[in-house]
Amino acid sequence: MTNTAYETIIGLEVHVQLQTGTKLFCRCSTNFGAEPNTQTCPVCIGMPGSLPVMNRAAYSLGLKTAVALNCQIPEFTKWDRKQYFYPDLPKGYQISQFDLPMSEHGWLEISDPKDAFETKKIGITRAHLEDDAGKSMHDEATGKSDSRIDLNRTGTPLLEIVSDPDLRSAHEARAYLTELKLLLTYLGVSDCNMQEGSLRVDANINLHIPIGDRTAATPIVEVKNMNSFRAVERALMYEAGRQIESWHSNPVELGSPGGHKTTRGWDDQMQVTRIQRQKEESSDYRYFPDPDLLPVTATAGEVEAVRGQLGELPAALRVSLVKKHGIDDYDAHVLVNQDRPLVDYFEALAAAGGDGKRASNWVQQDVLRLLNEMGKTIEQFPVAASALGELLKSIGAGDIDNTRAKDVLQEMIDSQVSAVDAMVALGIEKVDTSDLESLCQELLEANPAVVADLKEGKMKAVGALIGQAKKKNPNVNPAQIKSICIQLVEKM
Amino acid sequence: MSLIDSSAIDLLRLLNSGEITAVEVTQAYLDQIAKHDARIQSFLSVGTESSLEQAASVDRRRASGKPVGELAGLPVAVKDVLCTEGWATSCGSKMLAKFVPPYDATVIARLRAADAVLIGKTNMDEFAMGGSTENSAFFPTTNPWDTSRTPGGSSGGSAACVAASMAPLSIGSDTGGSIRQPAGFCGVTGLKPTYGRVSRYGLVAFASSLDQVGPLANTAEDIALVLQTIAGLDPLDSTSAPVDLPDFCATVNQPLDGLRLGIVREHFGPGLDDQVETAVRRAIREFESRGASVHEISLPHSKYAIATYYVIAPCEASSNLARYDGVHYGYRTDEIEMLAELADERKQLLADGNEKQLDNIDSPLMRMYRMSRSEGFGSEVKRRIMLGAYALSAGYKDAYYVKALKVRRLIRNDYDDAFKDVDLIVGPTAPTVAFGLGEMTDNPLAMYLQDLYTVSANLAGIAGISIPCGTTSEGMPIGLQLQAPPFEEERLLRAAQMFQQATDWHTQRPEMS
Repeated sequence: MTNTAYETIIGLEVHVQLQTGTKLFCRCSTNFGAEPNTQTCPVCIGMPGSLPVMNRAAYSLGLKTAVALNCQIPEFTKWDRKQYFYPDLPKGYQISQFDLPMSEHGWLEISDPKDAFETKKIGITRAHLEDDAGKSMHDEATGKSDSRIDLNRTGTPLLEIVSDPDLRSAHEARAYLTELKLLLTYLGVSDCNMQEGSLRVDANINLHIPIGDRTAATPIVEVKNMNSFRAVERALMYEAGRQIESWHSNPVELGSPGGHKTTRGWDDQMQVTRIQRQKEESSDYRYFPDPDLLPVTATAGEVEAVRGQLGELPAALRVSLVKKHGIDDYDAHVLVNQDRPLVDYFEALAAAGGDGKRASNWVQQDVLRLLNEMGKTIEQFPVAASALGELLKSIGAGDIDNTRAKDVLQEMIDSQVSAVDAMVALGIEKVDTSDLESLCQELLEANPAVVADLKEGKMKAVGALIGQAKKKNPNVNPAQIKSICIQLVEKM
Repeated sequence: MSLIDSSAIDLLRLLNSGEITAVEVTQAYLDQIAKHDARIQSFLSVGTESSLEQAASVDRRRASGKPVGELAGLPVAVKDVLCTEGWATSCGSKMLAKFVPPYDATVIARLRAADAVLIGKTNMDEFAMGGSTENSAFFPTTNPWDTSRTPGGSSGGSAACVAASMAPLSIGSDTGGSIRQPAGFCGVTGLKPTYGRVSRYGLVAFASSLDQVGPLANTAEDIALVLQTIAGLDPLDSTSAPVDLPDFCATVNQPLDGLRLGIVREHFGPGLDDQVETAVRRAIREFESRGASVHEISLPHSKYAIATYYVIAPCEASSNLARYDGVHYGYRTDEIEMLAELADERKQLLADGNEKQLDNIDSPLMRMYRMSRSEGFGSEVKRRIMLGAYALSAGYKDAYYVKALKVRRLIRNDYDDAFKDVDLIVGPTAPTVAFGLGEMTDNPLAMYLQDLYTVSANLAGIAGISIPCGTTSEGMPIGLQLQAPPFEEERLLRAAQMFQQATDWHTQRPEMS
């Protein structure tokens, strides 16, 4: 097998459940995990005679997302029926949007903090609203091949966000999903919980292979059943590899005989994609405008009002953190990619502690570690940013070193006290400079070998003195010990 | 005059004055049903006990001086296409023969709130598809004027029961003429309100953009009474119109001065029965003698109305009826038998060494869909589902559905233009009077032509009413259709009442032997 150069072409379809609380066309609850078929009414289960009435809140959340994705918002959008037979689709059609979606032609910028790929804008083909189907549970355990249907989910509002085929690697696909999820979370439009199905991803992937002066495209494969972003990344890596191997053994091009689009499912256990049986109904959905629903209008003024209320979104927030607090891109990424409340905490801490970089390090290393240990969110963190800021100020003033400060923070949490009280409790007090000098003098006298090393410029040797100093007085500042010892040696 | 020959307005007066009770009224109609409905077959179910209970409750409240609704004690028969909580709603179909809705249609809820007595559910063409009520999966209804003829359809049961004095009021639905044509055939008054005037919530959908619920009665005044109750904005129906509801009852008896009537040139062409034409022209002269002026107008695109209708209505129907798949409710094929058949088919293929064909056998789910729908729907419903599914298919949609939508717009424009010059449009309701049972069952196209004068109003979304305007030499009633601009039911009812004040066609009743 020769090593063929090729380009991977990926587009993603993301379905997001909107946090409306109630369904798209009726007032049933959308809470996850209720007893099957307890959150239903004649409308969402498609009883004869029932009619849908649009939930304006769902449209508003969709609009907010579309505007944040830089989409164009038409003044007029309508609902269409997408028709197919399936037991978890009680009306026999899904209410979706076909030729006049609520938004089109947007973009989402993705970047990699480690510069694995260049920062780029991924096109958003469209984002449209539709109602979710129910859940089929195929009960094979009983041996009767019975299927059970839960219609609680039926009618839950979904926003389908379709990207252009602009992604060039599995890594980029994951970065896109991460950035999209972050945006949706910042907007508060969805909880994006993949385990509960609030965020679902399908991927379309094929390869472009240069042959002479033209490019051959492999047949497009739609990959389904991916339950995490990691699974998406792995499935796409696998699929790209599979397609190039398949090309080598049998070069079939997209659109040629046998080159039609197929659907494959990701088998997470075996880490492979497998061909899925085609839907029994062919893909002619016989779309037509739903006569039960009125078109929806959004004036330019309304769209601008939504734009004005978006708040600071992740991409802009990263830039502003770098500018305001003097941290680097990487740190801004880590902070912003946590969540908005953590960024708020960081900003308050930076203000109180007077040093952005130090605040960033403390949040990333200590606060996140402690949250993780305590199983808490930043909103539940027992130390207010102002209190921790006092501690960081002490570090800045040289009153306490980083290592001791960590003990102080732990004490602040354990005993629910201020930084000052925690320091007192731990017996930490600032050591006088004259005391330090005499301590250093004492140490140098007791360690002639170290003095000799230092004279030869082996500065690492001072470490031994710091250790001894700390034993004698735990409150000494290692940095100060170091500089005083060096000064004294120079004078010798 | 006996109770059952009175108008609803007269009955209400007697009820309110305490001269009669709701139980007496209800019992009188129940007696008439018991006596004659075996022959007319207008009801699919009669609420004998429930209606007497409802009537007794009204009587108690009225007697004790408590407030009662505006239709208190008046029996109303309801087409079996409107959902009634706890009361089977079959749509004239085997598919829904055992379907008991868990909720009331908005129209039903409003009738109940007005203390109307729901006396029974009336027969209809299956899913309101047809013009003779012969497409009912259960039995055909006969015309009370001549039981060898159909009552028209699809609201044939609702028209026949009023004509046969088995109910003073009834509710029908009209998608292409299904209230007006049977009203014409049975010699009663029937109104198709403007699209959006009456809520469709709980009306089992046939073609959602065309369906409209409306009343049938003996007089225009009675129609006004029912319309007042059932009309108006409904938050459960996005297509119900946010427009003011006039006081129809207050104005219905005021004649219209200087009424400008339009006669559609295209409505007096080939296919129109001579006797129908004569009666209609005589009716128009009656209007003229009451001060109306007559203007010939043209609806140039009306010649495409039937073709347009028979694309749009089946398209919507094919989608609306997709939910009857045997999964959640309604008819399901015998699964044990079905699975046995599938097993036999597999065995046969294996025995024939034809293993490759095994993949072509339906999955059990697919076979369940096929069999449930094949067995549950009648032939006219299947015909329309197939027509609609075809017209919406990739490659055909633009030529059929999309084009039909464009023509529909042109038809509406024709009306808008016409109503600049005239107040109402007048003409025949149907090209013929009631035809014989079985006469058209083998000729669906001829049946579709019955809708020639009525479908345009549905396509344009305007209001129309059919009122009796004569009889043929054989004694069959002839219907006169009046059409009004959107939301001008008040004008329509005043014109109809004006005609009925001057004539007595609407008071004639068939001989009930």
